[in-house]
Amino acid sequence: MVESIRAVIGRDLRLAMRRQADIVAAMFFFIIVVSLFPLGVGPEAAQLRRLAPGVLWVAALLATMLSLPRLFADDHRDGTLEQLALAPQPLALIVLGKVIAHWLVAGLPLVLLAPLLGIQFDLAGDALAVLTLSLLIGTPALSGIGAIGAALTLGVRGGGVLLSLLVLPLYIPVLIFGAGSVDATLSGLGPQAHLSLLGALALGGVFFAPWPTAAALRVALE
Amino acid sequence: MLEASNLECVRGERRLFAGVSFRLAGGEMLYLQGKNGSGKTSLLRMLCGLTPAASGDIRWRGRPIGKLGDEFRSELCYLGHQNAIKEELTPLENIRSSATLAQETLDADAALDALEQLGLLSRADLPCRYLSQGQKRRAALARLVHEKRALWVLDEPYVALDAAAVELISGLIGAHLQRGGLAVLTTHQTVAVPAAALRELWLGADDAAQ
Amino acid sequence: MSKPVINWFRYASPLTFYPLAGRLIPWFWTLAAIFGVLGLTIGFLLAPTDAQQGEGYRIIFLHVPASWMSMFIYLVMAFWAAIGLAFNFRLSGMMASALAPTGALFAFLSLWTGALWGKPMWGTWWVWDARLTSELILLFLYIGFIALQASIDDPRRADKAGAILALVGVVNVPIIYFSVQWWNTLHQGASVSLTRAPSMARLMLWGMLLCTLACWMYSIAIALMRVRTIMLERERHTDWVRELLADKE
Repeated sequence: MVESIRAVIGRDLRLAMRRQADIVAAMFFFIIVVSLFPLGVGPEAAQLRRLAPGVLWVAALLATMLSLPRLFADDHRDGTLEQLALAPQPLALIVLGKVIAHWLVAGLPLVLLAPLLGIQFDLAGDALAVLTLSLLIGTPALSGIGAIGAALTLGVRGGGVLLSLLVLPLYIPVLIFGAGSVDATLSGLGPQAHLSLLGALALGGVFFAPWPTAAALRVALE
Repeated sequence: MLEASNLECVRGERRLFAGVSFRLAGGEMLYLQGKNGSGKTSLLRMLCGLTPAASGDIRWRGRPIGKLGDEFRSELCYLGHQNAIKEELTPLENIRSSATLAQETLDADAALDALEQLGLLSRADLPCRYLSQGQKRRAALARLVHEKRALWVLDEPYVALDAAAVELISGLIGAHLQRGGLAVLTTHQTVAVPAAALRELWLGADDAAQ
Repeated sequence: MSKPVINWFRYASPLTFYPLAGRLIPWFWTLAAIFGVLGLTIGFLLAPTDAQQGEGYRIIFLHVPASWMSMFIYLVMAFWAAIGLAFNFRLSGMMASALAPTGALFAFLSLWTGALWGKPMWGTWWVWDARLTSELILLFLYIGFIALQASIDDPRRADKAGAILALVGVVNVPIIYFSVQWWNTLHQGASVSLTRAPSMARLMLWGMLLCTLACWMYSIAIALMRVRTIMLERERHTDWVRELLADKE
């Protein structure tokens, strides 16, 4: 079981490494969106500090949306998805592998960039640490939940826009607890409650989402 | 071993075929014929369990394939219209990763041997996007060289291949049948598969084919 | 033995359901009208003026039923979706897609009347109150469902994809509601509290109940009408629809 998940992760990572431009583009999208906010609302440090958690989290959601459509689309186009669906192991396990690979390629870079961007927003050390930690805990949930939307919109007209329409409302709890944890740190409440709820969401997202995703993929392949 | 009864296929609002039945035992090959759009590919996808039949059922070793699930899929090798070849990977990586996903072990020597048989050895380390159409098809077919699963379902395996490759693939299918395997395939070319107990099925000629 | 039953559901059920729905629709319309007239009479003529909120509060006779119905319809939709996925009934997929627009309409009405109520009460059209925000997200979920079904051409695939989305949605709704409430309690500074006066006059409650029943009957009637249309559209090549249309001409 672990073996087959690892095989999928390995394959997807290798494919991603051969196509690095995509990863870099999504990262720059994240950086640019975040950097636009000070230009829009003004450079006042206190205000930026208040906005930082929300801005970074929303930008992380949008950057994830950018990479989601390709999660299954390439495999669908060249026929690999049929082979995956016909493989002896349950399709949900394969999906789990793909979700993990997606997080490593699209989620983890956002986590690594977050401290740098937080400095732009004048976040202090502990808030910066909590922001990074919240992204580290929360972004797997984004990959997991997003996979459901990616599977549902596979091969559908206007798939990319539709995908955002389906997935973004489902991201709201992650956004609330993720940004909330940093807010709670800034206001001196402590982030533990938020982070543990975020962790619960991430576990649920990663381990529950592959099943509806697999069902949606089978529907798309009919 | 493979038994289909009264299959019906509806695509959109059109009924492609109905009342299709056949029975295939070990060592036999089903040769599926019919015009474009008669539902050959749809029938193959039904046999794999990808598309549900509008009515009728498909049994493998006497049990419905829907119930068997993993057990059936671990005995099935499907080669679709598309090659399932990753453009970014080399032919060698492609056949090894598809073997791993199918939970089979294929060591580098066996993989290279497969590629050699299909005349791709000199391209083994070149990303597939640089290959021609026919070479990509061969890279996809290289999976068959060491394929031991019992049921082969092949959609137009000969398309884009030259005469030598056609003969090679026919030989592989023949050897598979002699081992007691089953094969279902569609093709527009007439191809002689050695030592095959052949059954034919015409789709679209009339509703009660065979 | 089980096969004929499945076939009966698959092929005969639109055939029997279509005329049945046709006979039921007038009854539901009548009930909706009766409950509506009674409820509105109580709400607008008989119920006392609220001590704190004056006459403006009377919008709750539409606002509250609309919110309830928007949530209830989502549950019913998910129920049909689950039935459809589990048993492969065509009718249940049609029911789910027939209900979605009505649910979206109620979610929208609830937001709209909420805004109309909010302006005189709190002096603003919109507050980021937990309930309003959740209702807005519910509207998004409805729109996502409708958009997904609209963009898939094959109706069977559209049904199944919609069903998966509805089930994922119904699992998420409580999580979303909880998270929004959490968010709201954290950020609520001096904002307004939506809880009404605890003792609502019994007459008001009756009015609201009757209005809810009216909305309910309306939803059933309109969903049945929509199901009939969907059936005709999807089965237009079958013999029974051809005969039916030939009779009408």
